[in-house]
Amino acid sequence: MNKTAVAVSLALLTVAGVAQAADQFIPIPSYRVGAYASGGAKFYGGMIDYLNYVNMKEGGVGGVKLTYEECETEYKNDRGVECYERLKAKNGGASAFNFMSTGITYATMDRAEKDKIPLMTMGFGRADAQDGRAFKYVFPLITSYWSQATAKVQFLGQRVGGMQNLKGKKIVNLYHGSAYGKETIPVLDAMAKKYGFELQHVEVPAPGTEQQSQWLEIRRARPDFVLLRSWGVMTPAALKSAQKVGFPRENIVANWWGGSEEDAIAAGDAAKGYIAGSFALDGRQFPVIQNIEKTVYGAGKGNLSDKGFIGTVNYNRGVVSGILMVEAIRAAQKKYGAKTLNGDQIRWGMENLNIDAKRQQELGVTDMFPQVKTSCQNHEGSGYTRFMQWDGKDWKPVSGWIKADTGVTLPLIKASVDKYSQEKSMKLRDCAAEK
Amino acid sequence: MEWQFFLEVLVGGLLAGVMYSLVALGFVLIYKASGVFNFAQGAMVLFAALSFVSIQAMGVPFWLALLLTLALMVLLGVGIERVVLRPLVNQPPITLFMATIGLSFFLEGLAQMVWGTDVHGLELGIADEPFDVGGVFISKFDLFAAAVGGTLVAALALFFSKTKLGRALRAVADDHQAAMSVGIPLKHIWAIVWGVAGFVALVAGLLWGSRLGVQFALTLVVLKALPVLILGGFTSVPGAIIGGLIIGAGEKLAEVYLGPFVGGGIENWFPYMLALLFLLVRPEGLFGEKHIERV
Amino acid sequence: MFYRESGQFKSSYAADSAILTIAQDRLFIAALLALAFVVLPGLGSDYLLSGILIPFLILSLAALGLNILTGYAGQLSLGSAAFMAVGAFATYNFMLRMPGMPLLLAIFLGGLMAALVGVAFGLPSLRIKGFYLAVATLAAQFFIEWVFTKFGWFTNYSSSGVISAPPMQVFGIAIDTPASKYLLTLSIVALMALAAKNMARASIGRAWMAIRDMDVAAEVIGIPMLRTKLLAFAISSFYCGVAGALYAFVLLGTVDAQAFDLHRSFQVLFMIIVGGVGSILGSFLGAAFIVLLPICLNLLGQAFHDTISTQFLANLEMMLFGGLIIFFLIVEPHGLARLWQIAKEKLRVWPFPH
Repeated sequence: MNKTAVAVSLALLTVAGVAQAADQFIPIPSYRVGAYASGGAKFYGGMIDYLNYVNMKEGGVGGVKLTYEECETEYKNDRGVECYERLKAKNGGASAFNFMSTGITYATMDRAEKDKIPLMTMGFGRADAQDGRAFKYVFPLITSYWSQATAKVQFLGQRVGGMQNLKGKKIVNLYHGSAYGKETIPVLDAMAKKYGFELQHVEVPAPGTEQQSQWLEIRRARPDFVLLRSWGVMTPAALKSAQKVGFPRENIVANWWGGSEEDAIAAGDAAKGYIAGSFALDGRQFPVIQNIEKTVYGAGKGNLSDKGFIGTVNYNRGVVSGILMVEAIRAAQKKYGAKTLNGDQIRWGMENLNIDAKRQQELGVTDMFPQVKTSCQNHEGSGYTRFMQWDGKDWKPVSGWIKADTGVTLPLIKASVDKYSQEKSMKLRDCAAEK
Repeated sequence: MEWQFFLEVLVGGLLAGVMYSLVALGFVLIYKASGVFNFAQGAMVLFAALSFVSIQAMGVPFWLALLLTLALMVLLGVGIERVVLRPLVNQPPITLFMATIGLSFFLEGLAQMVWGTDVHGLELGIADEPFDVGGVFISKFDLFAAAVGGTLVAALALFFSKTKLGRALRAVADDHQAAMSVGIPLKHIWAIVWGVAGFVALVAGLLWGSRLGVQFALTLVVLKALPVLILGGFTSVPGAIIGGLIIGAGEKLAEVYLGPFVGGGIENWFPYMLALLFLLVRPEGLFGEKHIERV
Repeated sequence: MFYRESGQFKSSYAADSAILTIAQDRLFIAALLALAFVVLPGLGSDYLLSGILIPFLILSLAALGLNILTGYAGQLSLGSAAFMAVGAFATYNFMLRMPGMPLLLAIFLGGLMAALVGVAFGLPSLRIKGFYLAVATLAAQFFIEWVFTKFGWFTNYSSSGVISAPPMQVFGIAIDTPASKYLLTLSIVALMALAAKNMARASIGRAWMAIRDMDVAAEVIGIPMLRTKLLAFAISSFYCGVAGALYAFVLLGTVDAQAFDLHRSFQVLFMIIVGGVGSILGSFLGAAFIVLLPICLNLLGQAFHDTISTQFLANLEMMLFGGLIIFFLIVEPHGLARLWQIAKEKLRVWPFPH
């Protein structure tokens, strides 16, 4: 019982933290220990570096200083919920959360709706959440899982010289045996029907350390391509097993969870030639990355323990996450004024993002991520994916930005949203009325 | 062609089974010598592999790095005996089990604190490439792993049955107090066993690490070892290898031939069901020691 | 001085078989309940209620369930999370497919489904014992997780494989604020803890303990092995199932099958070992230790985040957590509940120990 007492007093103390009037608070629910720490440390490092960069360069957004606080989630749902509750009301209220975890996002979705705090699920989370009418506070910015899946197929179409050539081709969808892994099956089925290729789904039981039988099956099926819907250790294990059965790595295309240095390095030589999708390019060539290095690391305030990781895929994703967060605050300030804004106001900002070519130029992020323009109904704002190939040391782009096939995704989103709103017995927002 | 495919699945499964056995061996060693189910075995595999690649990354040559890591693991074993096990002598197995859980948190934190959270690739210089035997493809790497596993098992089995130390270990497992009262030095024994388990963890870590990359997920390979363990019996070294072969072949054949009927992805639970069936016939595992119960 | 039982006489059988025979204990529990039911919902912040107390209570309930099976009946299980999942998914489907079903009834039925599944996976316990049984219950863990992921029917063919809780109400009162959710959870947990305490003291509890201590001997003195063991599995799974339903509906609202993975099973097992095997109080103390300690360490770590890198701190927290588990086991191998008991004994003779 005395343990509870300690926790109670601690909790009460921390929640009653002083709210500073002119700050905008951004919660950082990071994961720096456990299985996903290698990616988490870089991602949240990049995000924090960008926030610090904005503070150092411009003194915050519109004169409002950005503050942040970290909370360790360990990529676990219950810890994530605790972090959400801990940070949501701090320092004038949380702007928006980006958990970088599909599980934690589900676990906090109901709460966020009630507390009116947006969840950024950049590249991950529920695909149907891009419909802002049902998911007012969830933002799968840039690209959802479904958009990426259609982009993958279109990329294969480019490889064979046009979508019409996909007809009669055989493609295997090798997926992680979890809700996450199964999520793209309906989209891929629809694509297969549309373009007339043969599609075979093969499940890898989670966590995917062992894939011998799956790859033997794949070799027997002799597919032209393998679409990899992998996660964590499943990626290197898949590449190693592909090497073992002699399947060419150039014909394996993964989504972005399999597209960081960590995924490829772990597989060693077996990863050479392997292709993965991306929504934020890696590298230090972007002015924004160079400026962060100069300003933030120059002043010795960098978050990464090893400067060598600046410009890695996960780091750049974190920077993009920071940019989108700050741009949403900027947009919201234009409507509500330069002061501390609450979650609902940031939500408005996130719904009215407009990062066009000109703005990208100003931010120094041209070509780092696609242009983003969101609206009340469209919480994704882009739907573009680009594909990268691992050359043994680095990711090299092998395609332009490929737009999602909305002819396939939109009907599916509608069906899914209808079911969701029915289960939750809720009414969809009327976006026309909110204008 | 169909029988060739069958053979490939079978051989692949058997060889995968040896990889599971390697992890299971670590459990058997410690269970045999202290009656503890060592939850921290996965953390030890991670710690060993991470230490090895990190030491190697400092420019230390392969064999020296191997030796240094081995020394580190033995040191770790001695430390565990001193700090964790010695104060818990004569406690019920469940308490010792929980202590190893605390240990696994500690080791995971330590490994990532000292060596960092980054993912490393690991090449042992044996290409994981197919190798054609009359139309059946067999991986060179798997053959190598099987050879290593087989050698380890043979050596350990001999050690337990033929040497004085090995017999002392078995006495300790039966009853701490009785073993101490006949003059078996419990602390030395435990330190040695944990050291040897550390060595086995290093071997498993290197082989698995070269397949999955050296990263935190190495702790997950334990899940594959558990059914092997129940099937072979917690106390039998040869049981670990036989269990591994049965589980490996069984799960691969089931996935390929039964999987399509239920939608696939059954490899996670099938080995446990298989082991459960065996247990219903032999409740102490295939090679476990039989206990006679008296009232 | 304050905690002394001299002068308190029992003059009826009812008084002798009361749960709390000492007036001070009754006072303490009454105060604790008053604090939990009246003070906390009124004064506690959202964070305290829905970030800490609700998860703590729900996991305590799961620990209680496992403690019935493992602590009292002596059957080690690593499948608690799977039974939680059955409870959650069954409750969801009852509410979805029978519109208008009251929430409490659906949770109860969800618990019953979990109990049924528990009995099915408890059958091998008649032949298999100890760690062998523990690993055999892993079959339940992986199989059930697979079923809920594989077959879309259980999630109403949700594209993302998750179940979403509908709006909830109990007796016409909407359960939508942290305080109301907390009170609902607390009421269920308090009632079920009381039931567990009474079961442990009744003939069924004694039969379980007899089996735990030596099953062959228990059978010899006429305890029906099949019925008693399976009843332990059923009741334990019922508790876990209710905990799972609360976890999905009250705590999270939207949940996928992976929320009930092996780690959750282990977490529940850690709770009862650290708290005290075969102790109702221990289930709560253990849940407090496992749920709250990492959070406290993280909160403490935050105080240093300006001076030390968060990377280092986060790993240090994990090491400390592991270290503290070992420390407490060395101090008291029988769990926190035993420490509490020792403290009470000391208090009885304080301040004159001789």
